[in-house]
Amino acid sequence: MSTIQPAKRKSRWPTWARRGLMENIATAIIAIGFLMLFQPFALSLYSYSFVTMLAGTAMFIIVSKFPE
Amino acid sequence: MLNRTADNVARATPEPLAKKIRGISDKGLAWLFISPTILLLLAINIFPLFWAIYLSFTNYRANRPNEVVKNLGLANYRRILGDQDVWIAMQTTAHFVFWTILLQTVIGFTLAWLIDRKFRGHAFWTTIILVPMMLSPAVVGNFWRFLYEPQIGLFSYVISFVTGIPPTNVQMLSNVELAPWAIIIVDTWMWTPYVMLICLAGLRSIPEYIYEAAEVDRASNWRQFWSITLPMALPFIMLAVLFRGIENFKMFDMVNLLTGGGPGSTTEVASITLKRQAFESWRTGYSSAFAIILFVAVFGLANIYVKALNKVKQR
Repeated sequence: MSTIQPAKRKSRWPTWARRGLMENIATAIIAIGFLMLFQPFALSLYSYSFVTMLAGTAMFIIVSKFPE
Repeated sequence: MLNRTADNVARATPEPLAKKIRGISDKGLAWLFISPTILLLLAINIFPLFWAIYLSFTNYRANRPNEVVKNLGLANYRRILGDQDVWIAMQTTAHFVFWTILLQTVIGFTLAWLIDRKFRGHAFWTTIILVPMMLSPAVVGNFWRFLYEPQIGLFSYVISFVTGIPPTNVQMLSNVELAPWAIIIVDTWMWTPYVMLICLAGLRSIPEYIYEAAEVDRASNWRQFWSITLPMALPFIMLAVLFRGIENFKMFDMVNLLTGGGPGSTTEVASITLKRQAFESWRTGYSSAFAIILFVAVFGLANIYVKALNKVKQR
């Protein structure tokens, strides 16, 4: 029985752009946007909440197609 | 037997129709069967969504359909995101979401933990606890209105009995301080069983041998709870929190039935503001933009929810 393992082809996908990590970042952005929408401290934070949530959601949709 | 029947059916099929059927591939047949559902989905879900996105950039008013529709660009979004009243409505929603989720999670998990002890009659009590969840929100809203009545309401009498305050002074729905709590109590009463069910599923998924190993190591009950029960049930609790968060963020029916957003605007959550703008002020373009903002918030939360669900599935 051969013990030689077939060599795994190294993916050229950058390691920093892995799905798990990027999804976590997108989730954090959505959560920050959500907090900005609800916080009672500054109207300016509320004003930018929608853009933040939209950016997080768009990022989540894109990065969920990335390889693991 | 089955082949013979199929042969008979094939022979009985008229030749032109048989030719047509033979011409459709499996994939084509699959598309043929699901196309009515897809068309329905496009008509009821996708088209209104894109129509609302289009309207959100205009000054369209549904009560003036013949008026010229002007393109306002991002003006509706800027107005909403700079409006103090909408901001306050968001804070009211946040207050409501925070307290309902906190109460539902704590009570729901405690109930699930107790039911999981499998005491005598636990199946009966599980059914009893699940009853509020099965009722229609319209029914729940109406009978809680009666319960909250200062003159005849049972709730007011119970509060009066416990605190000594006259029942006519317990104005749950018309008092500025109490009205938000009246809605929180009803929502907690109705949806705690749902959280309990999810937590129960989480508790039942913990293998018994882990507890047995902990017993061998002489871990106390408290230690077992903190080191085994809570961490292993946590993904399920997270799931329940996210699901209730999404639902309560869109909450409309109960608030509309109990207080209608009042007294004043103390219980005016985002969905009530949206309804007022859309069907009382008839600012359809403005309210469409508001709906899109809420949609993005819910969609973002739903993404987190799916991620949490996948984590639970991996276990």
